[in-house]
Amino acid sequence: MNDRSPFFLPAARAGAALLLALVAGHAAAKGTLVYCSEGSPQGFQPQFFSLGTTFDASSVPVFNRLVQFELGSTRIVPGLAQSWTISADGKTYTFKLRPGVKFHANADFKPTRDFNADDVVFSWSRMADENHPFHKLTAGETFAYYDDMGMKDIVERVEKVDDATVRFVLKSPQAPFLADLAMDFASILSKEYFETMLARGKPQAADNVPIGTGPFAFVSYQKDATIRYKAFDAYWGGRPKIDTLVYSIVRDATARYAKLKTGECHVMAYPKPADVADMQKDPALTVLKQEGLNVGYIAFNVTKKPFDNKLVRQALNLAVDKDAIIKAVYQGNGTPAKNPIPPILWGYANQVSDYPHDPQRARALLAQAGLPNGFDVDLWYLPVTRPYNPDGKRMAEMIQADWAKIGVKARLVTYEWAEYSKRAKNGEHAILMYGWSGDNGDPDNFFMPLLGCDAVKGGGNSSRWCNKEFNDLITRAATLPQQAERARLYERAQQVFHDEAPWIPIAHSVRFEPIRNEVVGYKMDVTAKHDFSGVDLK
Amino acid sequence: MSDGASAIEDVQAAGTGAGGSWHEAWNAFRAGRGALVGMAIIATLLLAALGADLIAPHSPIEQARDAALTPPAWRADGTRAYLLGTDELGRDMLSRLIHGTRLSLAIGFVSVALSLLVGVPLGLVAGTFGGWTQVAVMRLMDVMLALPSLLLAIAVVAILGPGLANATIAIAIVLLPHMVRLTRAAVLEEIAKDYVTSSRIAGAGPWRLMFSTLLPNCVAPLIVQSTLGFSSAILDAAALGFLGLGAQPPTPEWGSMLAGALEFIQRAPWVVTEPGLAILVTVLGFNLMGDGLRDALDPRLRR
Amino acid sequence: MLRFLLRRLALVVPTFIGITLVAFSLIHLIPGDPVENLSGERGMDPARRERLLHEFGLDRPLPAQYASYVVQVLRGDLGTSLTTHQPVLDEFLALFPATLELALFAMLVAVAVGLPAGIIAALNRNRMADYLVMGASLAGYSMPIFWWALLLILFFSVDLGWTPVSGRIAVQYDVPAATGLMLLDAWRSDAPGALRSAASHLVLPSIVLGTVPLAVIARMTRSSMLEVLREDYVRTARAKGLPMRRVILVHALRNALIPVVTVIGLQVGLLLSGAILTETIFSWPGIGNWLIHGVQSRDYPVVQGGLLLIASLVVGVNLLVDALYGVINPRIRHV
Repeated sequence: MNDRSPFFLPAARAGAALLLALVAGHAAAKGTLVYCSEGSPQGFQPQFFSLGTTFDASSVPVFNRLVQFELGSTRIVPGLAQSWTISADGKTYTFKLRPGVKFHANADFKPTRDFNADDVVFSWSRMADENHPFHKLTAGETFAYYDDMGMKDIVERVEKVDDATVRFVLKSPQAPFLADLAMDFASILSKEYFETMLARGKPQAADNVPIGTGPFAFVSYQKDATIRYKAFDAYWGGRPKIDTLVYSIVRDATARYAKLKTGECHVMAYPKPADVADMQKDPALTVLKQEGLNVGYIAFNVTKKPFDNKLVRQALNLAVDKDAIIKAVYQGNGTPAKNPIPPILWGYANQVSDYPHDPQRARALLAQAGLPNGFDVDLWYLPVTRPYNPDGKRMAEMIQADWAKIGVKARLVTYEWAEYSKRAKNGEHAILMYGWSGDNGDPDNFFMPLLGCDAVKGGGNSSRWCNKEFNDLITRAATLPQQAERARLYERAQQVFHDEAPWIPIAHSVRFEPIRNEVVGYKMDVTAKHDFSGVDLK
Repeated sequence: MSDGASAIEDVQAAGTGAGGSWHEAWNAFRAGRGALVGMAIIATLLLAALGADLIAPHSPIEQARDAALTPPAWRADGTRAYLLGTDELGRDMLSRLIHGTRLSLAIGFVSVALSLLVGVPLGLVAGTFGGWTQVAVMRLMDVMLALPSLLLAIAVVAILGPGLANATIAIAIVLLPHMVRLTRAAVLEEIAKDYVTSSRIAGAGPWRLMFSTLLPNCVAPLIVQSTLGFSSAILDAAALGFLGLGAQPPTPEWGSMLAGALEFIQRAPWVVTEPGLAILVTVLGFNLMGDGLRDALDPRLRR
Repeated sequence: MLRFLLRRLALVVPTFIGITLVAFSLIHLIPGDPVENLSGERGMDPARRERLLHEFGLDRPLPAQYASYVVQVLRGDLGTSLTTHQPVLDEFLALFPATLELALFAMLVAVAVGLPAGIIAALNRNRMADYLVMGASLAGYSMPIFWWALLLILFFSVDLGWTPVSGRIAVQYDVPAATGLMLLDAWRSDAPGALRSAASHLVLPSIVLGTVPLAVIARMTRSSMLEVLREDYVRTARAKGLPMRRVILVHALRNALIPVVTVIGLQVGLLLSGAILTETIFSWPGIGNWLIHGVQSRDYPVVQGGLLLIASLVVGVNLLVDALYGVINPRIRHV
């Protein structure tokens, strides 16, 4: 065309600039660490929830507990409590609190005092005491862990001795109690913050915008996209070496890997097992590895027919080819599970013999149970990657095919992750795919919240299985001081579990965490969380 | 879509009317090479769909777990046993694609049929009776058209629950307003003509008028719209499957085969490319045929 | 002119009422207990359920519920999200600029490529260029756009590394959301590399979303141009000896563009549909993604409010386009 409009030249220049912009270099701002996480948190109040994704976003960066786990192990070290004594009868725990601990501040709140015993009492009583002003709060929230662990029947009372001393009095001795206090639900909140928000007429803000004593202060949350934190200068454990911490929520594992490769993320959650080999070959990445303190399982809801019949549960156990699942889903990075706890945990009952893959015997058992032609059922599967299960859909499809061979037609159902957990807690499923990552290195942490009778009410016991013999064994085991005695009881409990088959235990995974080489000082957490307090960027 | 602009579209799509030009139309159709290609594609797909059980070398849901992610046969590491390779659970891609043809064609057919079954009578009634009936029906269709098609389908599936049957119903609902508008526009055009007036004078009641006089003359644009509706239905079904709202595992629907595919984009690209190509070819076939039909049946648009 | 506009407006009102009816009945059509659906709580004890039932007004007769729903909507209260506890309208307004930005650039791509392509095709009728353009546009609207997106990602992001895989801007940029349009905000923020990052993130999603409108515009332009080129006045102009190029530019194009402009305006519905898929694949935080997450998380206030807002948006834009069309083409004003 002859006419050159006056816009041509600048337009061409802009076009060229845009083209150059395509070749984007991603220079990370110095001092900002980006973690690619696998999902959105359910909220920011650790007392309400039980998913690791939520703890990663709340209790891990923002809060502390009286005692904590040394990163990388389950050894208990002082947290907000500097020291403690346990009475001879094992029922009274007295904690001496750390002085000079500061809370975060934000635009709406400036703390006027340091952390003290009032905060500890406030935090615990909120869950325990029905008359606590914040006990009945937001719609839909409950105290998941507190209820599932039956804390109400364990802790008699909490009392402030003086500003720097707090006492917990138990109803009966509990060997795992100290480890329980290191768990996320026992995070210490700021009493002053809650009261300030209540006075302003915005009590919900206290749970939605977290204020704690932890290494990182919460800055902002862009729904389903990013969470931002900044280093807390006055942190009692020493200011973190990185200035800003960003969680980038990327639900797809392949997209996370792509971001890790380009350097947009420094650490990523839950790689696909099939990508791990490539990651190990990549010179810019380091792949950390750890035997998982976890279990992935299929739970039968024993309150729904025909799963109230032991024979049916055993038949479905026999029909599943676990080795094929380890190969196809875990890519070999896992061990087939026969017990609810993993082999690396003490008290593991090695003498239990697993249900073999035997479809013929399965069919025979079904016939014996009066269902020779099989039946139809809904199988719920995980919508997201978990530390104990890298691909719920694939596992479900394999189990669907296995069960089809004995005449059981499974329809695959799933929900968005938070919705899935909600409904599972409410017991709406017939068969549920789920799992558990250990929180404190004690077998009680597996047995009680997952298979105990108290957890039926709380919702954590997905199979709603309440077996008196089993429950008595694990309740007694929690009260004994000697590990060897406890182990013996747990072993007997696992035999009961095997015979009754409320679950199909599938696998214990090997966990991988790929990080970029610029990341220094990152350690894998035994409880499958992601802690960046000790990390630096080269 | 507003009345003004859609009227243009409707009028453009309305057919010729009198029966004598069918022969003309067929000749025009044959002359368009694109249309013939489209027909050939559809014929092949139909054969594949009908003969799926015979043609497919393996079962579409059988998991050959040792043969997971086998590449297609033309690659060095592929095998003749699985011509197009296998997916992550060892299921044969070729067999799944062939059975998927049956599913896609069925979805297309059922949803278009449903939308015609409900839409044509509605359009006839609206056009013939006029007045408040027309206003009510057309406003209702406007509301449905105000929602983008995928959104409407998702809303319906959100209510009914995921699954192939519900997805089909959702798609039928999405297609409905177009059928209604088209029929009504065709009716409005015909109703002014002499042969209709003479029928009326002769004493034909409104129902007889609608079904024996008006309907046959609306067939041409409806055929074109149905063909295009087919391709739209297949794309929407694939989108719903991709979002996890349509067919559930282990059903080999093409869209749901792409649902988890991002993961394999580098390692096993055939898992991503093959179902997408199947969708593309099928929809292309229907669009080509629809274009050819439109050209053949509306002399005004013939170039 | 005014009467034309008023008549158009009058048609919109019943449509809008219909939309509110549909949005309202959503809660009652969804299977399960409406109290559970509206509160997000499951397994409540009966006393709490009674209380919530009354709080939500679900124990009143349906017409009364509908009336108060409409009043609420007109006041701007579209409910509160069950997952974030934020007002639905606020979330929509916060996320809308992202979709707007994507849609604008997609339209830019569609017009910048589609218009010239259609013209070239019309001028080269039945020759190679025509077949190429027509073939490409046919393929463009025959393929599933989420598959197209996957292919582009494979090629440009994974293989070549030219474009990023997801998001609006690299995560380390915390750009203050002044206008909500990332490109503008990044430019104003002066952070080094922010503008470049925002631009590179826009490329693939715009191409993907703009593909179908591009195809439609190309075809429409071609057929419109062909019609106009056949018109008598064009032949007259040529017979008078005016150069071909001038004929095209001055006479044909202007008239051919009239229906094309309408078609462009009507792509809104198409763009929003496509935005859902595009935003899902590229993790683009716009209203398409928001709505899908709402459906998946059973966040019914979001689904209800989102549907209402989007449908109203489409109706509003169509009204605008109609008015514009009436301005451009006086003949239609008296239809």
